[in-house]
Amino acid sequence: MEVRRDVFQAIADPTRRAILLLIAAQAMTPNAIAEEFHTSRQAVSKHIQILTECELVKQEKKGREIYYHINANKMKEIDKWIEQFKRIVETQFTQLDEVLSTIKKKKK
Amino acid sequence: MTNSLLFDFTVDKAAKTVFITREFDADLSLVWDAFTKAELLDQWLAPKPMTSKTKYQDFKVGGKRFYAMVSPEGQERWAIQEYTSITPKTNFKMYNAFADKDENPELPGSEWDHTFSEQNGTTKVSITIYNESLERLERILDGFTQGMKMSLSNLENLLATLSSKERS
Repeated sequence: MEVRRDVFQAIADPTRRAILLLIAAQAMTPNAIAEEFHTSRQAVSKHIQILTECELVKQEKKGREIYYHINANKMKEIDKWIEQFKRIVETQFTQLDEVLSTIKKKKK
Repeated sequence: MTNSLLFDFTVDKAAKTVFITREFDADLSLVWDAFTKAELLDQWLAPKPMTSKTKYQDFKVGGKRFYAMVSPEGQERWAIQEYTSITPKTNFKMYNAFADKDENPELPGSEWDHTFSEQNGTTKVSITIYNESLERLERILDGFTQGMKMSLSNLENLLATLSSKERS
């Protein structure tokens, strides 16, 4: 069964977070990325694959080389969801303030 | 109302956890009731114009609350909360999952932990929400914004009808 990768899963891994930090600074080839880590090239390539699947990383061909760079839009999307969630929670709590103050008035 | 009440909202994306702290200008037992009694929860949990209705609630460990967020058009989004730990007026934990109207849960859900404390008549509530996936967070938002979007598109249609009438 195909499991759709999600963004939280992608950034939960320390190696993948390190890869994101690396390529945030500049686009890199898979070999250049692998050289930064003390793991096998295959392991790094698996991490890159997961990052690509959830669209945090985009690939671009330059001549014979593939360069990976960060997908800033996807990162922004995450922040947007979080901001919306925060606003909903704020709204709920403002409504709760009203409920609490109504109950307190009734008690008096 | 005093505006000095604390509201703190942070997200640890890597730990998939949301941390929320909020103070309320009420004593602990009242705030505890507002978070644990269905008849009070239904009064504030749904962001207007949505409403919340609870089909049943059994507030004990292993017990559940089965409820829906209802859009102004009457569309229902059901969810189940299962209470996993309760320390009266101090802490409760629950597992929250979306469900269909027949109470079949859609997993994974999220784990909620609420801690209550009171100081000088102000009650502080600290909430941590652990989500197994960000997609779930996206779905929570979809559920909430659906109602608003529908109201807006109705308004757009109404405005379009009115302005076309004016022209003819």
